[in-house]
Amino acid sequence: MTATDGAMRSSVGTPGAEKRGMNLTLRIWRQQGPSVKGKMVTYKVTDISPDMSFLEMLDVLNEQLILQGDDPVAFDHDCREGICGMCGVMINGQAHGPQQTTTCQLHMRSFADGDTIDVEPWRATAFPVIKDLAVDRRAFDRIIQAGGYISVPTGTAPEAHATPVPKKDSDAAFDAATCIGCGACVAACPNASSMLFTAAKVTHLGLVPQGQPERDDRVVNMVAQQDYEGFGGCTNIGECSASCPKGISMETISRLNHDLLGALRAGARPKS
Amino acid sequence: MTVEHAQRRTPKVAKTNSVFKKAVMAVSGIIMVLYLIAHVVGNLKAFSGAEAFNSYSGWIRTVGNPAVPGQTTLWIIRLVLLAAVVAHFWAAVSLWRQAKRARPQGYVTKKAVAQSYASRTMRWGGVIIAAFIIYHILDLTTGTVNAEGFDSTPYDRLVASFQNPFVTIFYAISVILLGMHLRHGIWSATQTLGQSNRRREKTVSLFAIGFATLLTLGFLLVPFSVLFGLID
Ligand code: HEM
Ligand code: SF4
Ligand code: FES
Repeated sequence: MTATDGAMRSSVGTPGAEKRGMNLTLRIWRQQGPSVKGKMVTYKVTDISPDMSFLEMLDVLNEQLILQGDDPVAFDHDCREGICGMCGVMINGQAHGPQQTTTCQLHMRSFADGDTIDVEPWRATAFPVIKDLAVDRRAFDRIIQAGGYISVPTGTAPEAHATPVPKKDSDAAFDAATCIGCGACVAACPNASSMLFTAAKVTHLGLVPQGQPERDDRVVNMVAQQDYEGFGGCTNIGECSASCPKGISMETISRLNHDLLGALRAGARPKS
Repeated sequence: MTVEHAQRRTPKVAKTNSVFKKAVMAVSGIIMVLYLIAHVVGNLKAFSGAEAFNSYSGWIRTVGNPAVPGQTTLWIIRLVLLAAVVAHFWAAVSLWRQAKRARPQGYVTKKAVAQSYASRTMRWGGVIIAAFIIYHILDLTTGTVNAEGFDSTPYDRLVASFQNPFVTIFYAISVILLGMHLRHGIWSATQTLGQSNRRREKTVSLFAIGFATLLTLGFLLVPFSVLFGLID
Protein backbone atom coordinates (compact mmCIF):
# COMPACT_ATOMS: atom_id res chain seq x y z
CA MET A 1 0.00 0.00 0.00
CA THR A 2 1.36 3.38 -0.92
CA ALA A 3 1.20 6.56 1.10
CA THR A 4 -1.53 7.97 -1.16
CA ASP A 5 -3.72 4.92 -0.57
CA GLY A 6 -3.47 5.50 3.14
CA ALA A 7 -4.45 9.13 2.86
CA MET A 8 -7.37 8.30 0.55
CA ARG A 9 -8.64 5.59 2.91
CA SER A 10 -8.55 7.84 5.92
CA SER A 11 -10.59 10.54 4.21
CA VAL A 12 -13.49 8.13 3.76
CA GLY A 13 -16.37 9.17 5.97
CA THR A 14 -15.11 12.69 6.51
CA PRO A 15 -16.21 14.36 3.29
CA GLY A 16 -14.44 17.57 2.50
CA ALA A 17 -11.92 17.38 5.31
CA GLU A 18 -8.71 15.81 4.03
CA LYS A 19 -7.60 13.89 7.15
CA ARG A 20 -3.92 13.12 7.21
CA GLY A 21 -2.61 9.71 8.19
CA MET A 22 -0.51 9.05 11.27
CA ASN A 23 3.23 9.22 11.58
CA LEU A 24 4.59 6.61 13.94
CA THR A 25 7.88 5.49 15.42
CA LEU A 26 8.17 1.73 15.72
CA ARG A 27 10.66 -0.06 17.93
CA ILE A 28 10.68 -3.65 16.76
CA TRP A 29 12.53 -6.71 18.07
CA ARG A 30 14.86 -7.93 15.33
CA GLN A 31 16.49 -11.33 15.73
CA GLN A 32 18.05 -13.21 12.82
CA GLY A 33 17.42 -16.70 14.17
CA PRO A 34 16.71 -18.84 17.23
CA SER A 35 20.23 -18.80 18.64
CA VAL A 36 21.26 -15.30 17.60
CA LYS A 37 21.09 -12.33 19.93
CA GLY A 38 18.36 -9.85 19.06
CA LYS A 39 17.74 -6.17 19.73
CA MET A 40 15.12 -3.46 19.37
CA VAL A 41 15.46 -1.50 16.10
CA THR A 42 13.74 1.83 15.45
CA TYR A 43 11.76 2.50 12.25
CA LYS A 44 9.51 5.32 11.05
CA VAL A 45 6.30 4.87 9.12
CA THR A 46 4.35 7.79 7.75
CA ASP A 47 0.81 8.52 6.67
CA ILE A 48 -0.72 5.43 8.25
CA SER A 49 -4.50 5.27 7.97
CA PRO A 50 -6.36 4.85 11.27
CA ASP A 51 -8.49 2.22 9.49
CA MET A 52 -5.56 -0.07 8.84
CA SER A 53 -5.09 -3.12 10.99
CA PHE A 54 -1.87 -3.43 12.93
CA LEU A 55 -0.68 -6.12 10.51
CA GLU A 56 -1.40 -3.88 7.50
CA MET A 57 0.72 -1.23 9.16
CA LEU A 58 3.52 -3.82 9.46
CA ASP A 59 2.97 -4.65 5.76
CA VAL A 60 3.57 -1.00 4.93
CA LEU A 61 6.78 -1.08 6.91
CA ASN A 62 7.90 -4.28 5.20
CA GLU A 63 7.27 -2.87 1.71
CA GLN A 64 9.34 0.09 2.72
CA LEU A 65 12.13 -2.20 3.99
CA ILE A 66 12.06 -4.35 0.86
CA LEU A 67 12.29 -1.26 -1.38
CA GLN A 68 15.31 -0.14 0.63
CA GLY A 69 16.85 -3.59 0.19
CA ASP A 70 16.48 -4.43 3.87
CA ASP A 71 15.26 -7.64 5.45
CA PRO A 72 11.50 -7.41 6.13
CA VAL A 73 10.25 -8.04 9.67
CA ALA A 74 9.12 -11.64 10.12
CA PHE A 75 5.75 -11.96 11.83
CA ASP A 76 3.18 -14.74 11.89
CA HIS A 77 -0.33 -14.32 10.52
CA ASP A 78 -2.83 -16.32 8.55
CA CYS A 79 -6.57 -15.63 8.61
CA ARG A 80 -6.39 -11.94 9.52
CA GLU A 81 -9.90 -12.22 10.84
CA GLY A 82 -9.29 -13.18 14.45
CA ILE A 83 -9.81 -16.94 14.27
CA CYS A 84 -6.53 -18.69 13.55
CA GLY A 85 -4.49 -17.45 16.49
CA MET A 86 -1.26 -16.99 14.53
CA CYS A 87 -0.70 -13.27 14.78
CA GLY A 88 0.12 -12.58 18.43
CA VAL A 89 2.83 -10.08 19.27
CA MET A 90 3.53 -7.92 22.29
CA ILE A 91 2.53 -4.31 21.54
CA ASN A 92 3.60 -1.65 24.01
CA GLY A 93 3.92 -4.33 26.67
CA GLN A 94 0.47 -5.81 26.14
CA ALA A 95 -0.33 -9.08 24.41
CA HIS A 96 -2.12 -8.18 21.13
CA GLY A 97 -1.90 -4.51 22.13
CA PRO A 98 -4.24 -2.14 23.93
CA GLN A 99 -7.54 -3.75 22.86
CA GLN A 100 -8.67 -7.17 24.02
CA THR A 101 -8.57 -8.66 20.54
CA THR A 102 -6.10 -10.28 18.16
CA THR A 103 -3.29 -8.26 16.57
CA CYS A 104 -4.93 -8.66 13.15
CA GLN A 105 -8.16 -7.17 14.50
CA LEU A 106 -6.40 -4.31 16.25
CA HIS A 107 -6.75 -1.08 14.28
CA MET A 108 -4.41 1.85 14.09
CA ARG A 109 -7.13 4.15 15.43
CA SER A 110 -6.17 2.70 18.82
CA PHE A 111 -2.99 4.78 18.52
CA ALA A 112 -2.35 8.48 18.15
CA ASP A 113 -0.30 10.39 15.60
CA GLY A 114 3.30 10.63 16.79
CA ASP A 115 3.16 7.56 19.05
CA THR A 116 6.12 5.31 19.64
CA ILE A 117 5.08 1.67 19.54
CA ASP A 118 7.19 -1.19 20.93
CA VAL A 119 6.66 -4.54 19.22
CA GLU A 120 8.16 -7.71 20.69
CA PRO A 121 7.67 -11.45 20.28
CA TRP A 122 6.00 -13.63 22.93
CA ARG A 123 8.64 -14.38 25.54
CA ALA A 124 8.73 -17.87 26.99
CA THR A 125 11.23 -20.71 27.06
CA ALA A 126 8.53 -22.94 25.60
CA PHE A 127 7.97 -20.46 22.72
CA PRO A 128 11.46 -19.97 21.27
CA VAL A 129 11.87 -17.14 18.76
CA ILE A 130 12.18 -18.40 15.18
CA LYS A 131 12.89 -15.00 13.71
CA ASP A 132 12.03 -11.42 14.73
CA LEU A 133 8.43 -11.54 15.97
CA ALA A 134 7.67 -15.14 14.96
CA VAL A 135 7.82 -17.74 17.71
CA ASP A 136 7.51 -21.52 17.69
CA ARG A 137 4.24 -22.38 19.42
CA ARG A 138 4.34 -26.12 18.80
CA ALA A 139 4.51 -26.71 22.56
CA PHE A 140 0.75 -26.03 22.43
CA ASP A 141 0.33 -28.77 19.80
CA ARG A 142 2.12 -31.21 22.07
CA ILE A 143 -0.12 -30.27 25.00
CA ILE A 144 -3.11 -31.01 22.76
CA GLN A 145 -1.54 -34.29 21.68
CA ALA A 146 -1.15 -35.24 25.33
CA GLY A 147 -4.90 -35.28 25.86
CA GLY A 148 -6.78 -32.48 24.13
CA TYR A 149 -8.92 -34.83 22.06
CA ILE A 150 -11.72 -37.37 22.35
CA SER A 151 -11.50 -40.90 20.96
CA VAL A 152 -14.65 -41.51 18.94
CA PRO A 153 -15.23 -43.15 15.58
CA THR A 154 -15.50 -40.54 12.86
CA GLY A 155 -17.81 -40.80 9.90
CA THR A 156 -21.42 -39.84 9.57
CA ALA A 157 -22.45 -37.21 12.10
CA PRO A 158 -24.65 -38.72 14.82
CA GLU A 159 -28.23 -37.58 15.27
CA ALA A 160 -28.02 -34.28 17.16
CA HIS A 161 -30.61 -35.19 19.78
CA ALA A 162 -29.14 -38.59 20.59
CA THR A 163 -26.93 -37.18 23.37
CA PRO A 164 -28.61 -34.34 25.24
CA VAL A 165 -26.31 -31.79 26.91
CA PRO A 166 -27.65 -29.33 29.51
CA LYS A 167 -27.79 -25.80 28.08
CA LYS A 168 -25.61 -24.42 30.90
CA ASP A 169 -22.86 -26.96 30.17
CA SER A 170 -22.97 -26.58 26.41
CA ASP A 171 -22.75 -22.78 26.78
CA ALA A 172 -19.71 -23.02 29.07
CA ALA A 173 -18.12 -25.63 26.81
CA PHE A 174 -18.66 -23.38 23.79
CA ASP A 175 -17.18 -20.38 25.61
CA ALA A 176 -14.07 -22.41 26.40
CA ALA A 177 -13.95 -23.81 22.87
CA THR A 178 -13.46 -20.32 21.45
CA CYS A 179 -9.78 -20.46 22.47
CA ILE A 180 -7.71 -20.06 19.32
CA GLY A 181 -4.39 -21.13 20.82
CA CYS A 182 -2.77 -17.77 20.19
CA GLY A 183 -0.54 -17.88 23.27
CA ALA A 184 -1.37 -14.41 24.58
CA CYS A 185 -2.12 -15.96 27.97
CA VAL A 186 1.44 -17.30 28.20
CA ALA A 187 2.91 -14.07 26.89
CA ALA A 188 1.06 -11.90 29.41
CA CYS A 189 1.52 -14.18 32.43
CA PRO A 190 4.30 -13.08 34.82
CA ASN A 191 5.05 -16.81 35.29
CA ALA A 192 4.85 -17.62 31.55
CA SER A 193 2.25 -20.24 32.46
CA SER A 194 0.06 -21.91 29.84
CA MET A 195 -2.64 -22.65 32.37
CA LEU A 196 -5.45 -20.67 30.69
CA PHE A 197 -4.90 -22.41 27.36
CA THR A 198 -4.84 -25.88 28.90
CA ALA A 199 -7.76 -25.05 31.17
CA ALA A 200 -9.82 -23.89 28.18
CA LYS A 201 -9.29 -27.27 26.49
CA VAL A 202 -9.95 -29.25 29.68
CA THR A 203 -13.15 -27.28 30.27
CA HIS A 204 -14.31 -27.52 26.68
CA LEU A 205 -13.94 -31.31 26.49
CA GLY A 206 -14.74 -32.05 30.12
CA LEU A 207 -18.20 -30.49 30.01
CA VAL A 208 -19.62 -32.55 27.19
CA PRO A 209 -20.56 -36.27 27.36
CA GLN A 210 -18.12 -37.19 24.59
CA GLY A 211 -15.22 -36.01 26.74
CA GLN A 212 -16.01 -38.09 29.82
CA PRO A 213 -14.20 -41.41 29.17
CA GLU A 214 -10.79 -39.72 28.96
CA ARG A 215 -11.47 -36.93 31.42
CA ASP A 216 -9.08 -37.98 34.22
CA ASP A 217 -6.23 -39.02 31.95
CA ARG A 218 -6.66 -35.91 29.84
CA VAL A 219 -6.10 -33.41 32.62
CA VAL A 220 -3.23 -35.33 34.20
CA ASN A 221 -1.38 -35.77 30.91
CA MET A 222 -1.97 -32.24 29.62
CA VAL A 223 -0.69 -30.69 32.86
CA ALA A 224 2.33 -33.01 32.88
CA GLN A 225 3.07 -32.02 29.29
CA GLN A 226 2.78 -28.29 29.95
CA ASP A 227 5.18 -28.60 32.88
CA TYR A 228 7.53 -30.65 30.73
CA GLU A 229 7.47 -28.07 27.95
CA GLY A 230 8.90 -25.54 30.39
CA PHE A 231 5.90 -23.32 31.04
CA GLY A 232 5.66 -21.71 34.48
CA GLY A 233 3.14 -22.58 37.17
CA CYS A 234 -0.10 -20.64 37.61
CA THR A 235 -0.43 -18.34 40.63
CA ASN A 236 -3.91 -17.04 39.74
CA ILE A 237 -2.83 -13.51 38.92
CA GLY A 238 -5.31 -13.11 36.06
CA GLU A 239 -3.16 -11.35 33.43
CA CYS A 240 -4.01 -14.23 31.07
CA SER A 241 -7.75 -13.84 31.12
CA ALA A 242 -7.51 -10.04 30.89
CA SER A 243 -5.27 -10.39 27.80
CA CYS A 244 -7.14 -13.23 26.10
CA PRO A 245 -8.73 -12.10 22.82
CA LYS A 246 -11.53 -14.59 23.44
CA GLY A 247 -12.03 -13.65 27.09
CA ILE A 248 -11.52 -17.21 28.40
CA SER A 249 -12.41 -16.95 32.09
CA MET A 250 -10.42 -17.75 35.23
CA GLU A 251 -13.22 -20.16 36.08
CA THR A 252 -11.72 -22.63 33.60
CA ILE A 253 -8.53 -22.75 35.70
CA SER A 254 -10.47 -23.59 38.82
CA ARG A 255 -12.20 -26.35 36.87
CA LEU A 256 -8.88 -27.74 35.66
CA ASN A 257 -7.54 -27.76 39.23
CA HIS A 258 -10.68 -29.45 40.45
CA ASP A 259 -10.45 -32.15 37.77
CA LEU A 260 -6.72 -32.62 38.29
CA LEU A 261 -6.87 -33.06 42.06
CA GLY A 262 -9.81 -35.44 41.65
CA ALA A 263 -7.98 -37.44 38.99
CA LEU A 264 -4.80 -37.70 41.09
CA ARG A 265 -6.88 -38.88 44.04
CA ALA A 266 -8.54 -41.46 41.80
CA GLY A 267 -5.09 -42.75 40.90
CA ALA A 268 -4.65 -41.31 37.41
CA ARG A 269 -0.96 -40.79 36.58
CA PRO A 270 0.71 -39.25 33.54
CA LYS A 271 1.67 -41.63 30.74
CA SER A 272 5.42 -42.07 30.59
CA MET B 1 10.52 -21.71 7.64
CA THR B 2 10.56 -25.47 8.10
CA VAL B 3 7.55 -27.03 9.73
CA GLU B 4 8.23 -30.58 10.83
CA HIS B 5 5.60 -32.65 12.46
CA ALA B 6 5.21 -31.74 16.12
CA GLN B 7 6.58 -34.50 18.31
CA ARG B 8 4.95 -35.74 21.43
CA ARG B 9 7.60 -35.52 24.11
CA THR B 10 7.13 -37.83 27.05
CA PRO B 11 6.60 -36.11 30.37
CA LYS B 12 9.08 -37.17 33.01
CA VAL B 13 7.36 -35.59 35.95
CA ALA B 14 4.99 -37.69 37.96
CA LYS B 15 3.05 -36.35 40.90
CA THR B 16 4.99 -33.24 41.74
CA ASN B 17 3.47 -31.20 38.94
CA SER B 18 2.89 -27.50 39.23
CA VAL B 19 -0.74 -27.88 40.28
CA PHE B 20 0.17 -30.39 42.98
CA LYS B 21 2.68 -27.87 44.34
CA LYS B 22 0.02 -25.21 44.35
CA ALA B 23 -2.30 -27.51 46.27
CA VAL B 24 0.42 -28.06 48.87
CA MET B 25 0.73 -24.30 49.10
CA ALA B 26 -3.00 -23.82 49.50
CA VAL B 27 -3.44 -26.48 52.18
CA SER B 28 -0.41 -25.37 54.20
CA GLY B 29 -1.56 -21.76 53.80
CA ILE B 30 -5.00 -22.62 55.16
CA ILE B 31 -3.45 -24.40 58.17
CA MET B 32 -1.45 -21.25 58.92
CA VAL B 33 -4.54 -19.08 58.50
CA LEU B 34 -6.49 -21.20 61.01
CA TYR B 35 -3.65 -20.77 63.47
CA LEU B 36 -3.59 -17.02 62.88
CA ILE B 37 -7.29 -16.74 63.72
CA ALA B 38 -6.66 -18.39 67.09
CA HIS B 39 -3.54 -16.25 67.54
CA VAL B 40 -5.25 -12.90 66.97
CA VAL B 41 -8.05 -13.77 69.37
CA GLY B 42 -5.49 -14.80 71.99
CA ASN B 43 -3.57 -11.54 71.60
CA LEU B 44 -6.61 -9.54 72.67
CA LYS B 45 -6.12 -11.01 76.18
CA ALA B 46 -3.48 -8.29 76.56
CA PHE B 47 -6.33 -5.86 77.20
CA SER B 48 -7.34 -7.83 80.30
CA GLY B 49 -4.06 -7.03 82.08
CA ALA B 50 -0.79 -8.71 82.92
CA GLU B 51 -2.20 -11.46 85.06
CA ALA B 52 -4.85 -12.62 82.60
CA PHE B 53 -2.36 -12.50 79.72
CA ASN B 54 0.29 -14.47 81.58
CA SER B 55 -2.11 -17.10 82.76
CA TYR B 56 -3.46 -17.43 79.21
CA SER B 57 0.10 -17.96 78.07
CA GLY B 58 0.53 -20.56 80.80
CA TRP B 59 -2.71 -22.24 79.75
CA ILE B 60 -1.45 -22.70 76.16
CA ARG B 61 1.46 -24.63 77.61
CA THR B 62 -0.73 -26.96 79.64
CA VAL B 63 -3.76 -27.51 77.39
CA GLY B 64 -5.11 -31.01 77.78
CA ASN B 65 -3.39 -31.63 81.15
CA PRO B 66 -3.53 -34.04 82.79
CA ALA B 67 -4.91 -36.25 80.00
CA VAL B 68 -2.06 -35.19 77.70
CA PRO B 69 1.04 -34.58 79.79
CA GLY B 70 3.17 -31.44 79.91
CA GLN B 71 3.48 -29.36 76.76
CA THR B 72 2.44 -32.12 74.37
CA THR B 73 -0.44 -30.20 72.80
CA LEU B 74 1.70 -27.11 72.31
CA TRP B 75 4.42 -29.14 70.65
CA ILE B 76 1.97 -30.86 68.34
CA ILE B 77 0.70 -27.45 67.21
CA ARG B 78 4.27 -26.21 66.80
CA LEU B 79 5.28 -29.21 64.71
CA VAL B 80 2.20 -28.98 62.47
CA LEU B 81 2.92 -25.28 61.92
CA LEU B 82 6.58 -25.95 61.22
CA ALA B 83 5.62 -28.59 58.67
CA ALA B 84 3.16 -26.15 57.08
CA VAL B 85 5.78 -23.38 56.84
CA VAL B 86 8.38 -25.73 55.36
CA ALA B 87 5.93 -27.20 52.82
CA HIS B 88 4.63 -23.74 51.87
CA PHE B 89 8.14 -22.39 51.47
CA TRP B 90 9.29 -25.40 49.44
CA ALA B 91 6.37 -25.08 47.02
CA ALA B 92 6.81 -21.29 46.74
CA VAL B 93 10.53 -21.52 45.96
CA SER B 94 10.01 -24.34 43.53
CA LEU B 95 7.29 -22.48 41.57
CA TRP B 96 9.37 -19.31 41.69
CA ARG B 97 12.29 -21.13 40.09
CA GLN B 98 9.98 -22.71 37.52
CA ALA B 99 8.70 -19.24 36.58
CA LYS B 100 12.28 -17.94 36.22
CA ARG B 101 13.17 -20.84 33.94
CA ALA B 102 9.98 -20.31 31.96
CA ARG B 103 11.00 -16.77 30.93
CA PRO B 104 14.73 -16.11 31.26
CA GLN B 105 14.55 -13.15 28.91
CA GLY B 106 11.99 -10.54 29.92
CA TYR B 107 10.19 -7.94 27.82
CA VAL B 108 11.68 -4.55 27.04
CA THR B 109 8.23 -3.09 27.71
CA LYS B 110 5.62 -4.87 29.84
CA LYS B 111 2.35 -3.47 31.07
CA ALA B 112 0.24 -5.17 33.73
CA VAL B 113 -3.47 -5.16 33.01
CA ALA B 114 -4.91 -7.24 35.82
CA GLN B 115 -2.40 -7.97 38.54
CA SER B 116 -2.86 -6.38 41.93
CA TYR B 117 -0.18 -5.12 44.30
CA ALA B 118 -1.02 -8.09 46.52
CA SER B 119 -0.53 -10.70 43.80
CA ARG B 120 2.71 -9.08 42.67
CA THR B 121 4.21 -9.12 46.17
CA MET B 122 3.35 -12.72 47.10
CA ARG B 123 6.95 -13.91 46.79
CA TRP B 124 9.06 -11.12 48.25
CA GLY B 125 6.26 -10.34 50.69
CA GLY B 126 6.35 -13.99 51.76
CA VAL B 127 10.09 -13.81 52.34
CA ILE B 128 9.68 -10.70 54.53
CA ILE B 129 6.89 -12.43 56.44
CA ALA B 130 9.18 -15.44 57.00
CA ALA B 131 11.94 -13.18 58.34
CA PHE B 132 9.38 -11.51 60.57
CA ILE B 133 8.14 -14.84 61.95
CA ILE B 134 11.69 -15.79 62.97
CA TYR B 135 12.27 -12.43 64.63
CA HIS B 136 8.87 -12.60 66.28
CA ILE B 137 9.59 -15.98 67.90
CA LEU B 138 13.05 -14.87 69.10
CA ASP B 139 11.46 -11.74 70.54
CA LEU B 140 8.27 -12.84 72.24
CA THR B 141 8.49 -16.61 72.64
CA THR B 142 12.12 -17.24 73.58
CA GLY B 143 13.01 -13.68 74.59
CA THR B 144 16.42 -14.02 72.90
CA VAL B 145 16.29 -10.59 71.30
CA ASN B 146 13.96 -9.00 73.85
CA ALA B 147 15.05 -6.21 76.19
CA GLU B 148 13.53 -8.10 79.11
CA GLY B 149 15.47 -11.27 78.28
CA PHE B 150 14.66 -14.93 78.91
CA ASP B 151 13.34 -14.96 82.45
CA SER B 152 10.67 -12.30 82.06
CA THR B 153 6.94 -12.87 81.85
CA PRO B 154 5.28 -12.94 78.43
CA TYR B 155 3.43 -9.72 79.28
CA ASP B 156 6.68 -7.91 80.17
CA ARG B 157 8.23 -8.99 76.90
CA LEU B 158 5.16 -7.81 74.99
CA VAL B 159 5.26 -4.35 76.57
CA ALA B 160 9.05 -4.00 76.33
CA SER B 161 8.96 -4.91 72.66
CA PHE B 162 6.22 -2.64 71.41
CA GLN B 163 7.22 0.39 73.45
CA ASN B 164 10.02 0.62 70.91
CA PRO B 165 8.53 2.41 67.87
CA PHE B 166 10.93 0.67 65.46
CA VAL B 167 9.76 -2.74 66.59
CA THR B 168 6.14 -1.68 66.26
CA ILE B 169 6.73 -0.32 62.78
CA PHE B 170 8.50 -3.46 61.59
CA TYR B 171 5.65 -5.44 63.09
CA ALA B 172 3.05 -3.25 61.39
CA ILE B 173 4.72 -3.52 57.98
CA SER B 174 4.95 -7.28 58.28
CA VAL B 175 1.36 -7.69 59.39
CA ILE B 176 0.10 -5.45 56.57
CA LEU B 177 2.14 -7.51 54.10
CA LEU B 178 0.60 -10.61 55.63
CA GLY B 179 -2.84 -9.09 55.13
CA MET B 180 -2.10 -8.52 51.45
CA HIS B 181 -0.64 -12.01 51.17
CA LEU B 182 -3.91 -13.38 52.47
CA ARG B 183 -6.01 -11.10 50.29
CA HIS B 184 -4.56 -12.72 47.19
CA GLY B 185 -3.89 -16.03 48.96
CA ILE B 186 -7.49 -16.73 49.89
CA TRP B 187 -8.71 -16.09 46.35
CA SER B 188 -5.78 -18.07 44.97
CA ALA B 189 -6.33 -21.03 47.27
CA THR B 190 -10.01 -21.16 46.27
CA GLN B 191 -8.92 -21.36 42.64
CA THR B 192 -6.14 -23.85 43.34
CA LEU B 193 -8.43 -26.22 45.17
CA GLY B 194 -10.92 -25.96 42.33
CA GLN B 195 -13.65 -24.33 44.38
CA SER B 196 -14.11 -21.11 42.43
CA ASN B 197 -16.45 -20.34 39.58
CA ARG B 198 -17.85 -17.31 37.82
CA ARG B 199 -20.73 -16.99 40.25
CA ARG B 200 -18.55 -17.24 43.36
CA GLU B 201 -15.65 -15.09 42.16
CA LYS B 202 -17.00 -11.83 43.56
CA THR B 203 -18.02 -13.33 46.90
CA VAL B 204 -14.62 -14.95 47.34
CA SER B 205 -12.84 -11.68 46.54
CA LEU B 206 -14.98 -9.68 48.92
CA PHE B 207 -14.54 -12.27 51.65
CA ALA B 208 -10.77 -12.27 51.09
CA ILE B 209 -10.62 -8.47 51.41
CA GLY B 210 -12.86 -8.43 54.50
CA PHE B 211 -11.08 -11.27 56.23
CA ALA B 212 -7.58 -9.95 55.51
CA THR B 213 -8.53 -6.46 56.72
CA LEU B 214 -10.09 -7.72 59.95
CA LEU B 215 -7.15 -9.99 60.70
CA THR B 216 -4.62 -7.24 60.03
CA LEU B 217 -6.47 -4.72 62.19
CA GLY B 218 -6.77 -7.33 64.93
CA PHE B 219 -3.03 -7.89 64.91
CA LEU B 220 -2.28 -4.16 64.87
CA LEU B 221 -4.48 -3.41 67.86
CA VAL B 222 -2.24 -4.67 70.66
CA PRO B 223 1.15 -3.29 69.49
CA PHE B 224 -0.25 0.20 68.90
CA SER B 225 -2.07 0.13 72.22
CA VAL B 226 1.28 -0.57 73.86
CA LEU B 227 3.03 2.13 71.85
CA PHE B 228 0.44 4.73 72.83
CA GLY B 229 0.43 3.64 76.46
CA LEU B 230 -3.05 2.11 76.54
CA ILE B 231 -1.40 -1.10 77.69
CA ASP B 232 1.58 -0.88 80.04
C1 HEM C 1 7.21 -18.47 54.91
C2 HEM C 1 6.96 -17.38 54.22
C3 HEM C 1 5.98 -17.40 53.08
C4 HEM C 1 6.28 -17.41 51.75
C5 HEM C 1 7.66 -17.39 51.12
C6 HEM C 1 5.03 -17.45 51.03
C7 HEM C 1 4.91 -17.45 49.66
C8 HEM C 1 3.75 -17.69 48.99
C9 HEM C 1 3.60 -17.73 47.57
C10 HEM C 1 4.72 -17.50 46.56
C11 HEM C 1 2.32 -18.02 47.29
C12 HEM C 1 1.71 -18.26 45.92
C13 HEM C 1 1.47 -16.97 45.29
C14 HEM C 1 0.30 -16.94 44.41
O1 HEM C 1 -0.59 -17.80 44.47
O2 HEM C 1 0.28 -15.95 43.65
C15 HEM C 1 1.62 -18.16 48.53
C16 HEM C 1 0.29 -18.45 48.65
C17 HEM C 1 -0.40 -18.50 49.85
N1 HEM C 1 0.10 -18.21 51.09
FE1 HEM C 1 2.03 -17.86 51.50
N2 HEM C 1 4.00 -17.46 51.92
C18 HEM C 1 4.53 -17.42 53.20
C19 HEM C 1 3.84 -17.38 54.40
C20 HEM C 1 2.48 -17.53 54.51
C21 HEM C 1 1.74 -17.45 55.76
C22 HEM C 1 2.36 -17.17 57.13
C23 HEM C 1 0.43 -17.68 55.44
C24 HEM C 1 -0.79 -17.77 56.29
C25 HEM C 1 -0.98 -17.34 57.42
C26 HEM C 1 0.33 -17.90 54.03
C27 HEM C 1 -0.84 -18.16 53.36
C28 HEM C 1 -0.94 -18.37 52.01
C29 HEM C 1 -2.12 -18.79 51.32
C30 HEM C 1 -3.49 -19.08 51.92
C31 HEM C 1 -1.76 -18.89 49.96
C32 HEM C 1 -2.66 -19.30 48.80
C33 HEM C 1 -2.35 -20.66 48.31
C34 HEM C 1 -2.62 -20.77 46.85
O3 HEM C 1 -2.20 -19.90 46.10
O4 HEM C 1 -3.24 -21.74 46.44
N3 HEM C 1 1.59 -17.78 53.48
N4 HEM C 1 2.51 -17.94 49.56
S1 SF4 D 1 -6.75 -18.98 26.29
FE1 SF4 D 1 -7.04 -17.03 25.16
S2 SF4 D 1 -4.99 -16.11 25.19
FE2 SF4 D 1 -4.70 -18.29 25.69
S3 SF4 D 1 -4.30 -19.30 23.75
FE3 SF4 D 1 -6.53 -19.44 24.08
S4 SF4 D 1 -7.35 -17.63 23.01
FE4 SF4 D 1 -5.16 -17.25 23.22
S1 FES E 1 -4.11 -13.69 11.72
FE1 FES E 1 -5.54 -15.23 12.35
S2 FES E 1 -6.11 -14.53 14.33
FE2 FES E 1 -4.86 -12.90 13.61
